[in-house]
Amino acid sequence: MDTERAVVPAALMAALAAACPAVREGDPAADAVTGGLVPAFAASPASTGEASALLRTAAEYGLAVMPRGAGTGLGWGAAPSACDLVVDMTAMDQVIEHAAGDLVARVQAGVTMGNLASVLASAGQQLAIDAPADATVGGVVATGTAGPRRFRYGAPRDLLIGITVVRADGVVAHSGGKVVKNVAGYDLGKLFSGSQGTLGLITEVTFRLHPLPAAVAWVTGDFGPSALAGAASAVTSAAGSALVPSAVELLWTGPPAVLRVGVLLEGTPSGVAERARRMAELLTAAGGTPVVAISETPFRWWEQDAESGPPGTVVRVTYWVRQLADVLDALARAGASAGIRPAVGGPAGAGALYARLDPAAEDDTAARFVRALRDRLSGVFAGSADGSGLSRGSMAVLAAPTAVLAAAGADQPVPGLDLMRAVKDQFDPGHRMCPGRFPWGR
Amino acid sequence: MVAMTTAVEALVPRMREICGPDNVVTDPLDLRTYECDGLTSHRSVPALVVLPGTASEVASVVAACAAARVPFVARGSGTGLSGGALPREDGVLIVMSRMRSIVEIDPVSRRAIVEPGATNLSVSKAAAPFGLFYAPDPSSQVVCSVGGNVAENSGGAHCLKHGFTVHHVTGLQIVTPSGELTWLGDGSGVCSGYDLLGAFIGSEGTLGIVTKIVVKLMPLPEVVHLLLVAYDTTSHGGQAVSDIIGAGILPAAIEMMDALSIEAAEEAVHCNYPAGAGAVLLVELDGPAAEVGAEMSTVRSLCEAAGATEIRTADDPADRAGIWAGRKSAFAAVGRISPAYIVQDGVVPRTSLGAVLAQIASLSAESGIRVANVFHAGDGNLHPLVLYDDAVPGQAEAAEKVSGAILDACLEQGGSITGEHGVGVDKSRYMPRMFGADDLDTMQLVRCAFDPASLCNPGKIFPTPRLCGEVPGHRRAPHPAVAAGQAEIF
Repeated sequence: MDTERAVVPAALMAALAAACPAVREGDPAADAVTGGLVPAFAASPASTGEASALLRTAAEYGLAVMPRGAGTGLGWGAAPSACDLVVDMTAMDQVIEHAAGDLVARVQAGVTMGNLASVLASAGQQLAIDAPADATVGGVVATGTAGPRRFRYGAPRDLLIGITVVRADGVVAHSGGKVVKNVAGYDLGKLFSGSQGTLGLITEVTFRLHPLPAAVAWVTGDFGPSALAGAASAVTSAAGSALVPSAVELLWTGPPAVLRVGVLLEGTPSGVAERARRMAELLTAAGGTPVVAISETPFRWWEQDAESGPPGTVVRVTYWVRQLADVLDALARAGASAGIRPAVGGPAGAGALYARLDPAAEDDTAARFVRALRDRLSGVFAGSADGSGLSRGSMAVLAAPTAVLAAAGADQPVPGLDLMRAVKDQFDPGHRMCPGRFPWGR
Repeated sequence: MVAMTTAVEALVPRMREICGPDNVVTDPLDLRTYECDGLTSHRSVPALVVLPGTASEVASVVAACAAARVPFVARGSGTGLSGGALPREDGVLIVMSRMRSIVEIDPVSRRAIVEPGATNLSVSKAAAPFGLFYAPDPSSQVVCSVGGNVAENSGGAHCLKHGFTVHHVTGLQIVTPSGELTWLGDGSGVCSGYDLLGAFIGSEGTLGIVTKIVVKLMPLPEVVHLLLVAYDTTSHGGQAVSDIIGAGILPAAIEMMDALSIEAAEEAVHCNYPAGAGAVLLVELDGPAAEVGAEMSTVRSLCEAAGATEIRTADDPADRAGIWAGRKSAFAAVGRISPAYIVQDGVVPRTSLGAVLAQIASLSAESGIRVANVFHAGDGNLHPLVLYDDAVPGQAEAAEKVSGAILDACLEQGGSITGEHGVGVDKSRYMPRMFGADDLDTMQLVRCAFDPASLCNPGKIFPTPRLCGEVPGHRRAPHPAVAAGQAEIF
């Protein structure tokens, strides 16, 4: 390895350029990754073939590689321990095929969500993932980004039906196809969704699409600061109702502290109107005397997030919805003991909430919050243990300054960790793809 | 009958200790009852059958096999149609039928925890008092096991709208191929780290054995409407399907049967489908009352415009069950009109249905082999039933040829060799027609991570096994096991 590193950069640059002409030296302003590391090279392949040649060359020289889309999610995850080459996917920005009659689209990984949405909208269709419009499809898949409509449509893994990846050694592999129903072979799309670039480079994806709804309505219920139980019960009854909501969100910010439950209904104009009326009754009946309203205005807290710059410390809590009130209580108590108030929001009805700390918060305070929350939640999840070893919920630090991650200690153990490490070792035996991205990873 | 191998024979006392003497089968006649699953054309008598009663018993059984380097295969209800649970003559068959309890229903979280041997339908039955149901509904749901559904990523008629097993399982307790118990997923439905849960589901029993399953339950729909529509030809029916989807409507199910399969179903269950129809379309809509009514009238007029010769509706559960009985019995029913048959499972993009049906018709005409078509029209999943007489020399081979040619036709249209029955032993030889060597090699990296010794249901899915000691892409030196004379590359 040492001898490989000793190769003069000029020769290395020439080798990379032979594989992928659009290669340049890394730029501290444009290419710095989490933690401030500046890659020596940035390359922008125009095809899966170029990407393959590029990764083959990177493998020959033992380079640490990080795939990048629009860069909207680069600040998430732990800081990589090494990054010699950034692979910028934004030149692969084509919608290869939109088979409207089959409700399927095959796209290059660098297509932005916004561009894809406008192509699909012309046929009255959509990719039912809520993500920032300037994020790339590949980035959304690699990070497993899913917004409010996760409740009904799931995460990218649930809508992805085919994938092309380039392995760390440059080998190109496909799985799935362009039909929705398909069980031939292992589903690499599932494995690469949410893998944060640590298993390989995603170059093409095929998605299942959905028709755009003719009408939408958001039913919101605003609960006062003392009505935590009422808000939790509104979430569970909305999520369990036969009115088929597309999203069941909870937003808890302040001051003044307000718990807002937001339920999205999609369908025909008359159907949505009737369902919204009944959903409003359901939220009111949950208790806690909420102020209920019906509106077409989207409940888009996640877009504000995307615009607000580096994420600071963000923790995701997943849970069985029966325990939502306990989870909210744990968040409140952890905030009180650390002396900071997290902004909490997310697809509460789908079993997930994000707690976000003010990016200006002191590292000590943020670390105290993370530790306190972990303690509180382990009490909550221990309470529902059934002796089978199943923890009915988990907590993951999705983003945090390196100092906070170090001071806060390890995440709760992820189930199946040994198997995850074994998968990583198989796909990337040299540990060159985004090393260190997962706090538990390699 | 192959004599029990020494390695397996040596395991018998340990297996009796783990599972109890009554739950270890060694009698040759009893062993023979496990020689195949729902795909009876492949048979292999297992060396030993064990029926563990708990997750830790499964773990101990697997650990004993791993230590003795004896291959093992898990089996649920044995209804699989690709030979995924075909036993090994030199291995242990681990039968999950004693582990069939519904461990817990959490109606507030809309989750159930079930054991792998529980039948698919028993989950919905247990959830019904809470106004909930388990959505995946393979036609064999009365007998097939949830553990088997996980292995195959089973669908069913209603997966068009509600998705497959992988969309409804949020946690799995598994025994790894080395015999360790672990969970994948926390049951919430949101995963941390790699989505091993998603990779495991549909891996056809090759990555481990499931011992507990957390499933999502859904609220029972407010209303369900079923339309039965008759057409003169399948292409008229196909037009209706395209028009419905084109109108932005996603029915819970859209199924089609052609004249021959209607005839078979009629003989078997007297489902009273319209006499003389060239095709029958079943369209089921479910959801909130406020939406389904309007969708129903749109679907009805689209069906009429496509040339419907008769439309019937069924809104109450008994009427719907009567109509569904015809469809769900179709596979078994062709036994009434043919001494033998092959159930095929191919997929095409929905818009290619007409083209592929025409190709099937000409394949049938050229070969003289009759083909009855039953299909999940909404998602392009065809189940051609290739009919033949095994008493006539050469017919079985001719039928097999037609069956393979149908898969080629599906692949030409950009489809898949299996939509829900799995690859198993039956279709591993077709995998190279759909995937390149690098694709298959990469998939097997997952296998190597879970099962480096290749003992867990070996010989399924992949036409050529991969030796896991090889470093990907760097095959400079022979594999250590090959060099040592312990393994051969075939």
